[in-house]
Amino acid sequence: MHRHFEVQLDELKDRMLCMASLAEKAVHLSLEGLNNRDESKATQVIADIEPQINDLHLELDDRALQLLALQQPMAIDLRLITATMKINSDLERMGDQAVNIAERALSIMALPQVKPLIDIPRMAEIVEKMVKDALDAFVRRDNELARIVVLRDDEVDHYRDQVFRELIAHMIRDPRCIQQALDLILVSRNLERIADHATNIAEDVVYMVLGRDIRHHAEEKALARNEKTNSHN
Amino acid sequence: MNSGAMFSKLAVQVKPTVPAEGRRVPEIPAKIKAEEVNFYYGKTQALHSISLQIKERQITGLIGPSGCGKSTFLRTLNRMNDLVPAARLEGKVFIDGQDIYARAVDPILLRRKVGMIFQKSNPFPKSIYENVVYGVKINSYAKNRREMDEIVEKSLHDAALWGEVKDRLHRSAFSLSGGQQQRLCIARCLAVKPDIILMDEPASALDPISTAKIEELIFELKKRYTIIIVTHNMQQAARVSDYTAFFLLGELIEYDITTKMFTNPSRKETEDYITGRFG
Repeated sequence: MHRHFEVQLDELKDRMLCMASLAEKAVHLSLEGLNNRDESKATQVIADIEPQINDLHLELDDRALQLLALQQPMAIDLRLITATMKINSDLERMGDQAVNIAERALSIMALPQVKPLIDIPRMAEIVEKMVKDALDAFVRRDNELARIVVLRDDEVDHYRDQVFRELIAHMIRDPRCIQQALDLILVSRNLERIADHATNIAEDVVYMVLGRDIRHHAEEKALARNEKTNSHN
Repeated sequence: MNSGAMFSKLAVQVKPTVPAEGRRVPEIPAKIKAEEVNFYYGKTQALHSISLQIKERQITGLIGPSGCGKSTFLRTLNRMNDLVPAARLEGKVFIDGQDIYARAVDPILLRRKVGMIFQKSNPFPKSIYENVVYGVKINSYAKNRREMDEIVEKSLHDAALWGEVKDRLHRSAFSLSGGQQQRLCIARCLAVKPDIILMDEPASALDPISTAKIEELIFELKKRYTIIIVTHNMQQAARVSDYTAFFLLGELIEYDITTKMFTNPSRKETEDYITGRFG
């Protein structure tokens, strides 16, 4: 009976990896569509990849729920399954954000180019790396790598603010480019959200590996509280 | 009411949330302290230097594979092992600060204070009523029939059996189902007013419904008694106990708050055992 459980856990992990590679691909293609004004890639995300992600989203939740109900997993198995459920929804949202970027890309393509893209491709590079590292950390159970992903989130936020400022300045100078500029602002926002999902995944990986919750700076807060208690004693 | 007042009222109701790791748990006093307990069956050493403190009015689960020493340890707590020939204990066991292996301690009195429930229910071949008052009678706890009636009703009530048997108290205990017989044994144990209840796989011979009733009962009893339960059923340990101790080959491997033990145990051996990857 136990071997059966292990087989099911392995299947869950395999399907999770399919989901992860689809989400990664969706983000990548949507950005290629944007950068290269490639309509077919943007359309592929919307029409082909995102529906697959949605199907897997349902399937993975169903598998995880069945394992919880039927096997009553404990310790590392329990943490793996709950982390999978959470990462699953982050990946699904990532797919949605990729669709948003693809839609913006299609909108931008229909209009003349206002300026070459500089910051957005740089930001995209960091975000894609974060997604890749978060998923590698999951596969390799690498909590160190996961922590590095979490730290990079601020960098992305910084780029987003920069893109905002620059595009607002652009719109003030030339109101004819408002449509394109707004599209790009939305893209930077979508990228920032994708980075947030990568961060969530990385945090779940740390929980899965170490059983330690690092969300919302929980670790630092607990440490600070302990120090406070100790200094009282 | 202006909006300012409303907000201030809301602000009062919002409690800051504290993550589990930082939550401060009030210190619960220890009811039982085992210190460096070694136990031998003849030449075979069954327990190796066990030290642990069992918290008052909490449920402590003892888990581990067969032969790991968990039942032996349980039995050291009311000196049931005294009855085993060639058994020998080293170290100390304190209950309420008193060394229970001290010369002055009467094991019979000790076992009254530390009751025990076994895997297989063992009612006496007597009526339901007589089963409950048996210990009361031999200890002359009750002055008269009325007092005995009261003890029977209260004990059966506390064992969550009263409603099912109140109309047939003088029928044989063997007319009850397995789950009811186990609750009758719990009532018999409660009737002599123990402080501590030891349970050795109390539900492993019962169907899921009876098991659920026993578990619910254990949870209720925790309000007044310190309970230690040996179980092979990991889910049961996780469901009912506040603290869990994991034994392996006569050693205490890990002892911690149950939620910690089952979500993130510190020791590899514990992890392997509770996830079923043993050996």
